[in-house]
Amino acid sequence: MSAPTPEELHDVRLHVNGSVHEVHVPARRLLSDALRHDCGLTGTHVGCEHGVCGACTVLVDGRPVRSCLMLAVSAVDSEITTVEGLTEADGSLSPVQQAFSDCHGLQCGFCTPGFLTAITAGLEENPDPTEDEAREMVAGNLCRCTGYQNIVKSVLRAAEIQAEAGQERS
Amino acid sequence: MKPAPFAYLRPATLEEALAALAGQQGAKVLAGGQSLVPLLSMRLAAPSTLVDINALPDLSHVAVSDDGVRIGALARHAEVLASREAAERQPLLAMALSHVAHATIRNRGTTVGSLVHADAAAEMPMVLRLLEGSVDVASVRGRRTIPAAELFAGPLESTLAQDEIAVEACFPALAPGAGVAFQEIARRHGDYALVGVAAHVETDGGEVTRARVGFVSVSDVPVVVDVTDSLDDPASAALAELEPADDIHATAAYRAHLVKVLTPRVLADAVHHARDRKKS
Repeated sequence: MSAPTPEELHDVRLHVNGSVHEVHVPARRLLSDALRHDCGLTGTHVGCEHGVCGACTVLVDGRPVRSCLMLAVSAVDSEITTVEGLTEADGSLSPVQQAFSDCHGLQCGFCTPGFLTAITAGLEENPDPTEDEAREMVAGNLCRCTGYQNIVKSVLRAAEIQAEAGQERS
Repeated sequence: MKPAPFAYLRPATLEEALAALAGQQGAKVLAGGQSLVPLLSMRLAAPSTLVDINALPDLSHVAVSDDGVRIGALARHAEVLASREAAERQPLLAMALSHVAHATIRNRGTTVGSLVHADAAAEMPMVLRLLEGSVDVASVRGRRTIPAAELFAGPLESTLAQDEIAVEACFPALAPGAGVAFQEIARRHGDYALVGVAAHVETDGGEVTRARVGFVSVSDVPVVVDVTDSLDDPASAALAELEPADDIHATAAYRAHLVKVLTPRVLADAVHHARDRKKS
């Protein structure tokens, strides 16, 4: 019996959180798996693997995208931000991370990376959301613990923290 | 749950992409991938080759002219939705796009990709049919324009040939005196619609001269029903041409009920829209 033909591997240069990762992956490697297995960035969580749960949400050129619905080979020209890249330069929590801590916006934490990335981009677009807009911002992410109430509070709190930080700076 | 192996090509020009597609029986085009990648992961699709068109130049446009809105194959739903000019020229685009999945999906998924994926549970194929738009497709054999009425062959099946790439969709402008409206019922905003309804009416003075209604999730292909002659009971006229089905989300009877409720409501909205446009 002849050995099966080895699968072709592609050299892919991923730009993640400001660093370059050279990975050697088959074309079918999902971006979510490349981030976790090939880049060692296990902050991105994989839930449903078909685009429903939102746990694997990362920012692609600043916009939230499901990393399980992208192939790593297709991400070559993009700047990717994972939850690891949200932390401030000095290592302190970002406004959205701080708000989740303040408002008890997580319990088991599995879905949290997807919420943090989606909300970070959402507040960039709409820095002062109403409660309805905050709900809409997280509508594409599933959480099985919190019942969402504290997540919505976290969105509103994160907007406050950002506004306060903006005032201090100006 | 991982895709089966496939060969991968990322051509830099449309000509290369078309040549690659022409030479490969089992090849598939990858644009936004928001429908294709889950199908790959669930192994409901196992193409021999993926031709990734994301690096092709000049296909990301949302071009607005007097005739309407032309959308390139790589324009993401979010980019179409963000175009104020597009929404002015054809308001039904933004009305429907805000219901297409969640923002995260709209950031990657393409409008043209959604059209040729031909899902009768998706909003934009129905909108293209209702507006009598078209899709331009290219292959090594040349280019052709497929009118929306001839685009949808069956469930998840378009009339594109295996070697063709949809390069642009055209959504006609909303004519003076015409109005449109869209509503859908879903368990959560952004989920697939249990039933979605859009209406397009043409008016002359106060009178409705043409009225058509399009439906999402109540048939195998996007269906548009002309209700000009049944404005007193448009829902019954529509139901005669629809095939609501049972699934885990809703019963056929509930879908039929939603058609009855939404059809007159959305038609009335479209008539109001036509009147309001006249005033402004």
